[in-house]
Amino acid sequence: MFADLTDRQWLWLAAACYLAGFLRGTAAILRGERPSGGMMYGIIGLAYVLQFLGLYLRGRTDGGCPLGNAFEILQFVAWSAITLYLVVGVTFRSSLLGFLTAGLAAVLTLASLAVPAWDATRHAHIFGHNPWIELHAAIALFSYGVFGLLALTSLLFLLRHYSLKSKHLDGWFTLLPSIVDIDHIGLRLLTVGVALLSASLAVGTVYWLRDTGTVDRGTLFVTVAVWAAYALALGLRLGGRLRAKRFAWTCLALFVAALLSIGPVNASRHPPLATQEAPR
Amino acid sequence: MSGLGLFLIGATHHTAPLEVREKLALDPAGEAALGAELAGLGDLREFAVLSTCNRVEFYGVAAEPGAAGRVQAAFCARQQFAPADFEKFRLSLDGREAVQHLFEVSAGLDSQMLGETEIFGQVKAAYAAAQARGTTSALLNRIFQKAFQAAKHVRSHTAITVGQVSVANVAVDLAQNIFGDLAQARILVLGAGEIGEKTARAFQSRGAGTLTVSSRTGERAMDLAARLGGSALPFEQRETRLAEFDIVVCSTAAPHTVLSRAAAVAAMRRRPTRPLFFIDLALPRDVDPAVAAIDNVFCYDLDDLAGIAEKNRVARAAEITRCRTLLTERADSLWRQVEPLLAADRGPAGAPALRPTRHPA
Repeated sequence: MFADLTDRQWLWLAAACYLAGFLRGTAAILRGERPSGGMMYGIIGLAYVLQFLGLYLRGRTDGGCPLGNAFEILQFVAWSAITLYLVVGVTFRSSLLGFLTAGLAAVLTLASLAVPAWDATRHAHIFGHNPWIELHAAIALFSYGVFGLLALTSLLFLLRHYSLKSKHLDGWFTLLPSIVDIDHIGLRLLTVGVALLSASLAVGTVYWLRDTGTVDRGTLFVTVAVWAAYALALGLRLGGRLRAKRFAWTCLALFVAALLSIGPVNASRHPPLATQEAPR
Repeated sequence: MSGLGLFLIGATHHTAPLEVREKLALDPAGEAALGAELAGLGDLREFAVLSTCNRVEFYGVAAEPGAAGRVQAAFCARQQFAPADFEKFRLSLDGREAVQHLFEVSAGLDSQMLGETEIFGQVKAAYAAAQARGTTSALLNRIFQKAFQAAKHVRSHTAITVGQVSVANVAVDLAQNIFGDLAQARILVLGAGEIGEKTARAFQSRGAGTLTVSSRTGERAMDLAARLGGSALPFEQRETRLAEFDIVVCSTAAPHTVLSRAAAVAAMRRRPTRPLFFIDLALPRDVDPAVAAIDNVFCYDLDDLAGIAEKNRVARAAEITRCRTLLTERADSLWRQVEPLLAADRGPAGAPALRPTRHPA
């Protein structure tokens, strides 16, 4: 039965699992209980495997990373964020982070599935069968996943900060981790994200210098701007000039900007070598 | 005699005032001696003694109805307390009611500070002592073990232990909400009085790291610092060295603020990414309330802390009915199993299943 499922069907199943995790967490919080960390981890883990299967089937048809259209990019960003959560979540010990990560993944995957136009066509062989360019794109999008998780920890920080400043400490505010712990995780995520995006740009630069015409200037500008903004935020944070609330708001705003930049970047990407119907 | 009986006698904070409980309190040596004496009472099959600052209770299984009276007599004689006076403050329960009481005590429902968890450890210690003495057997073993299970169940399925209900512990909880693990936190205690010491000890009991004491009277600061195993700081340096600390507990008797907004701003410039937490327990306040507006600075005064403690206490009180229902179900279930066993034991001539195995104390 499962052998006949298409890649999109696997991805629908994964999205449903992410949504189930988010709804289960919401129900627990509304009851005034802490979402079960183990249960959340299990649901997200299952969704992750299902999503991996869907993306694998996609990638196999093209012989590379499934990054051929906005649908695939959003799926990949969600998958990257979950990959990191499955690693970080254990040490962070915050079932609330799992709950929010499930929410983010549910929004990204369901949105990508709900808009058929985003998957109507896809660029085949967009990397010209060049594994280095493919690596560049994959790492760049993985860093977006890291920044997604950073945005969630920033949200947790702002909620905790608000609860402590306004002296509202009961109810579901009791589920939040300490403000210093959240801040430390945020800094680590930002460091990892900037490092990954820097590595991605370094790989891309080598090939861009060989043939500057292959990359659209708009794409180049947006990509470098996102990297520079995050690198600047990291520099200011390490220098103690961007802290607490401002740091959290900056990380949230940057992620929204980074997400919004995916559309233009995808649209103005180097002309497709071939366009084909998206697999169903 | 139709079988064995379970009884409880004692006195608690509900029945006896503090000055009476002081006289009734058993020290470890006294408890051991009384235990040995009670073990010699022929008709007392099993017993355990729970002695804390809020209660002294004897749980016993006996073949004769008069056993409880003999336990009371032995206890009063040892404490040199008139039996007639003891009866004015006495708590006396039998059978299922005694089981229910032990369940509620273990779960913290009968504690002066509702929902506190220290009592659980004290009941465990009392049971362990009785086991070591060899004065528990099938019946008390089952009742105590079921009491522990019931207490754990109530703690994990209700909000009876959620939130602290003392000002000092609320302050520590808040500090954990800010810093997480307190082992690395540097704490400055401003004021060497009782409130400062109590709060400092609450921090120490939750794993706080470095403690520094500063007081307008240098000698008192050094004395308290020595008692807490910390160091002293000259009072006049409290503002210039503020950046070295994460948590500042203020409880001086100064008639005006002793920490200004300017000092907090200067401190935050030197430690921009690490929060600063002021716990102002003084009246009038020691910390300029304007510090609360500084980014990454958190300031809680006595009213804030007392308000949180009261809110937590009310929240715990609202859980009592739920807890009692859970405990009653479990006590009923246990009593249905235990009652036939008690009735089946006909004393010396009956089945010896409930006889305690006595080991040397």
